[in-house]
Amino acid sequence: MINYDIVIIGGGPAGLAAAISSYENGCKSILILERDSSLGGILNQCIHNGFGLHTFKEELTGPEYAARYVEKVIAFGIEYRLNAMVIDITKEKTVSYINEQDGLVQIQAKAVILTMGCRERSRGALNIPGYRPSGIFSAGTAQRYVNIEGYMPGKEIVILGSGDIGLIMARRLTLEGAKVKLVCEIMPFSGGLKRNIVQCLDDFGIPLKLSHTVTKIYGKERVTGVDVSEVDEKMQPIPGTAEYFACDTLLLSVGLIPENELSRKADVAINPITKGPLVDESLSTSVPGIFAAGNVLHVHDLVDNVSSEAVLAGKYAVKFVNGLTKPGKTVAIQTTSGVRYSVPSTINPENAEDITVIRFRVGNVYKDSYLSVYLDAERVMHLKKRILSPGEMESVNIPKKWLSDRPNLAKIVITVEKE
Amino acid sequence: MNETRNLTCINCPMGCALAVELEDGKIVKISGYTCKRGEEYAIKEITNPRRTVTSIIPVTGGDLDMVSVKTKTDIPKNKIKDCMLALKDLKVSAPVSIGDIIIADVCGTGVPVIATKIIRRK
Repeated sequence: MINYDIVIIGGGPAGLAAAISSYENGCKSILILERDSSLGGILNQCIHNGFGLHTFKEELTGPEYAARYVEKVIAFGIEYRLNAMVIDITKEKTVSYINEQDGLVQIQAKAVILTMGCRERSRGALNIPGYRPSGIFSAGTAQRYVNIEGYMPGKEIVILGSGDIGLIMARRLTLEGAKVKLVCEIMPFSGGLKRNIVQCLDDFGIPLKLSHTVTKIYGKERVTGVDVSEVDEKMQPIPGTAEYFACDTLLLSVGLIPENELSRKADVAINPITKGPLVDESLSTSVPGIFAAGNVLHVHDLVDNVSSEAVLAGKYAVKFVNGLTKPGKTVAIQTTSGVRYSVPSTINPENAEDITVIRFRVGNVYKDSYLSVYLDAERVMHLKKRILSPGEMESVNIPKKWLSDRPNLAKIVITVEKE
Repeated sequence: MNETRNLTCINCPMGCALAVELEDGKIVKISGYTCKRGEEYAIKEITNPRRTVTSIIPVTGGDLDMVSVKTKTDIPKNKIKDCMLALKDLKVSAPVSIGDIIIADVCGTGVPVIATKIIRRK
């Protein structure tokens, strides 16, 4: 068996930042396992700009953002294996992977950082009636075809779902000469960032129909068209509202799901809301020594947040390897009325940074509301928010002092209040 | 000539609906914004809307078949289509580094198109 201090599963933005952070915090025995043929993950196909505004104070494209991290990994001499598919992780932190050169390899790690990212929700999850013709793609698959392979998925396109990848692809396919007929979204609000709606749809006159969904797919060999229907408040199609759109391609941008099959094999407890591991302030999962960061933990809007989360995971993984993680009482973080979840979900004040960033999403659009934080019954934060929306991740900062001043604190509550 | 242009502010998720009233192409009134950033956005979008254009072009002899490119800075919005046409029949050969100039001055904008990905020789 081969030994490493820290093994990182996945060489995308989270894995790269976690590796660099582990190295900078003093660990020199690090291995990144990446299943694709190059490092960088999904950033390699995100050729649009808008990455890195927070991290580098400039607007980069996805490949440029990835390259900054890859260069550092190479400069530090951090080891990585490509085309390496991890097939098992145990709670004892034995990692098994296969690739063509090495065959089946088992590694014993002192700490593992899970950075596998997420995958797209597929047609199978949607129950749209119709045959199974070709021409139905997830937006990310189409993005790979267009931006990496150089193939166009079709000429006349309907996009279901207004997630950011769908919006970005609406613009991309239009620029490459396709006709994007419309984007429909089942919710009454868009799941994507405002800037993408304006710059990807409005700029090109592509209509966005909210509270609409695809109710039928036509075509036996290839998609020939779709029915788009309006939905009611319960998201049920309203009879008689179906409108036919001829198209040869349907793109699905209907949500991302953290990819945690490996986490489950290692008995890592999963949060049913995020579909990612439950973690504490150290980004440690329920299994000591297994950490998680990035989209495998919860789906982010901005890669900058993925990177900063992964930096923290790397730092705490090194602390764990060096036996510096302190045991102690944990404080639970509760989310209520509108706040769907939080990452982390517990804090051990002994291990907390000076500021713990708690990230979360709300479940609905709230206007002119307050974001409040309670320490037990005492309200310590009451922030006026003009808008809170499910499409945009929110965060609150918890100073360590709040916790150390209250040794008997049982819970932190994050909530949305009308006043 | 009077004209009203409707915009959506992109500075925050509020997405305020902005209405800009123009007289002979000059802004006479901006309404609908709820903070200063909305007003600034409206002025910029009306007087000088700009966008960064990103695309891909084929590479020969590289470890990938396509290299991603971008306009080094944003260019006038009305030049997006011309910029895409200028990229249409281009081809480069490996190796390619990030920042390599693909077009020195795209469509008279004074802005170069540069590569955004490293392509190694196969």
